[in-house]
Amino acid sequence: MQIYLPIAEMSVNAFLLLGLGGIVGVLSGMFGVGGGFLMTPLLFFIGIPPAVAVGTEANQIVGSSFSGFLAHFKRKNVDIKMGLVLLIGGLCGATIGIQIFALLRELGQVDLLVKLSYVIFLGIIGGLMFLESLRAIIRSKANHVRVIRKKHGWIYALPFKVKFRKSGLYISVLPPLAVGFFVGILSAIMGVGGGFIMVPAMIYLLGMPTKVVVGTSLFQIIFVTAFTTIMHATTNFTVDMALAFLLLVGGVLGAQIGTRIGLKLKAEQLRILLSLLVIAVCLKIAGDLVLQPSDLFSVDKGLSH
Amino acid sequence: MSLKSLIIIFFCFATRSIHAEELVAELSKDEVAITTNFNGSDIFIYGAVKRDSAIKPADKSDGPLEIVITVSGPLEKLQVRKKAKKTVIWMNSKTLEVDAAPSFYAVAATGNVADIISETEDLRHRISIKKAIRSVGNPGTVQDVDQFIDALIRIRQEQNLYHDLSNSVSLKDETLFATDVTLPANLVEGQYQIRIFLIRGGSIIDYFSTEVSINKVGIERFIYDLAHKSPLIYGLLSIFIAISAGWGASAAFRYVRL
Repeated sequence: MQIYLPIAEMSVNAFLLLGLGGIVGVLSGMFGVGGGFLMTPLLFFIGIPPAVAVGTEANQIVGSSFSGFLAHFKRKNVDIKMGLVLLIGGLCGATIGIQIFALLRELGQVDLLVKLSYVIFLGIIGGLMFLESLRAIIRSKANHVRVIRKKHGWIYALPFKVKFRKSGLYISVLPPLAVGFFVGILSAIMGVGGGFIMVPAMIYLLGMPTKVVVGTSLFQIIFVTAFTTIMHATTNFTVDMALAFLLLVGGVLGAQIGTRIGLKLKAEQLRILLSLLVIAVCLKIAGDLVLQPSDLFSVDKGLSH
Repeated sequence: MSLKSLIIIFFCFATRSIHAEELVAELSKDEVAITTNFNGSDIFIYGAVKRDSAIKPADKSDGPLEIVITVSGPLEKLQVRKKAKKTVIWMNSKTLEVDAAPSFYAVAATGNVADIISETEDLRHRISIKKAIRSVGNPGTVQDVDQFIDALIRIRQEQNLYHDLSNSVSLKDETLFATDVTLPANLVEGQYQIRIFLIRGGSIIDYFSTEVSINKVGIERFIYDLAHKSPLIYGLLSIFIAISAGWGASAAFRYVRL
């Protein structure tokens, strides 16, 4: 069933969009990532104009993360206080990120820089997570002792300490603010929610328990992507409501299924799977940059139309 | 009215008085509605050559009668970029600014477009695909402009946006002609110009032009207008829909599970 997308100005198969939304939704629910780092490249691939893909993806992530958030909230796996601190940083970061995005668009290199940031961040995060989870699995298999993560001394030495009861932490607000800020910038540039960076940052940098990490990151992502949606809708007119809706219908159902699968898996298994997925996407994009493209030429529609 | 169009009108009248062959043409539709399930559309273009008297041998001596029909979408500004390898990474290195290229272009003819029409007529009326693309004011960063224009045409042909429909116009007894032009699903809305040229011996002896308006209707129209006229409300509505869908799915699942 073909459907004409009013903002993207093209006709796409509705079932294809539902299916894409569903698959990415399952992964999103399982790992507590918005799924944007998978969906945005997939939308490019099926021919959606990049600007529309980025703007619409932000809108879709709002819905899919809300669905996932509700599932975690009912299980009381959300640290609202930590989420709010991350959110303040995230909104500041997104504001700056959107300015950077506009500048890059004018230079005609936005495509390259988006891809490069994907390769760099997915590569680092995926690689680190993979090694860490592998070590954890080997260790737990060897002596069946619960792994205790190292606590970073310098983070505990920072001022403005606040108690985050849900996470069982008493740390400075500065590291979560910085994490939120950094992820906010990336989310605006890369057209993603930023969960794939925030989840490991919360586990390894802030030392939060894996159980609350997923729900808390979804909580922050809802608001940051809602903000980015408004910014894209008002400055670039690139949010396609019909496209977002179709991806959502598939996505929210997928996210519910994914959340249930995620609860059945062990934290280490979950992390190693996520790291493999991240590495796979990273390698695919790196390949596109390094290998000779099948077509050297590309056509961009005028920026002012 | 520009000087160019005055020349065209003068030209048409001048030739008409000699040859006395005129075009009468009609389209199967002068409006195309883009609805939610829009999946492309066909336009049937047909007509006849009107004469005061029977075909004179003098007319025939100029060569056979030929018809060329062009369908052109709204013009848009484009950048054609070429990638080059910088150390290990392929990145955009050269850009050709195209001032105006049609968003859709089809040229149909009774024969091969390049053979039917003379170079000067093609330049003057911008009939062939290559001539329909305007890139006059490009800065000197690109030397091989042709290579970039060819790439643009190739890419747009792959997207079904540019069509060279040589030998697709049927002409009966040098009088009745007809052709079918398929508009793809990835259309941009706007006024589409349809031009029909009557040609003998490479020169245009009559010219007819009309427009088809292609517009979004219904919910497509509503969403597009809301997005452009009240973007803030549109953005908030998008978020509201997203949140409702997220909540709805969550509630539905709880209902199913319990």
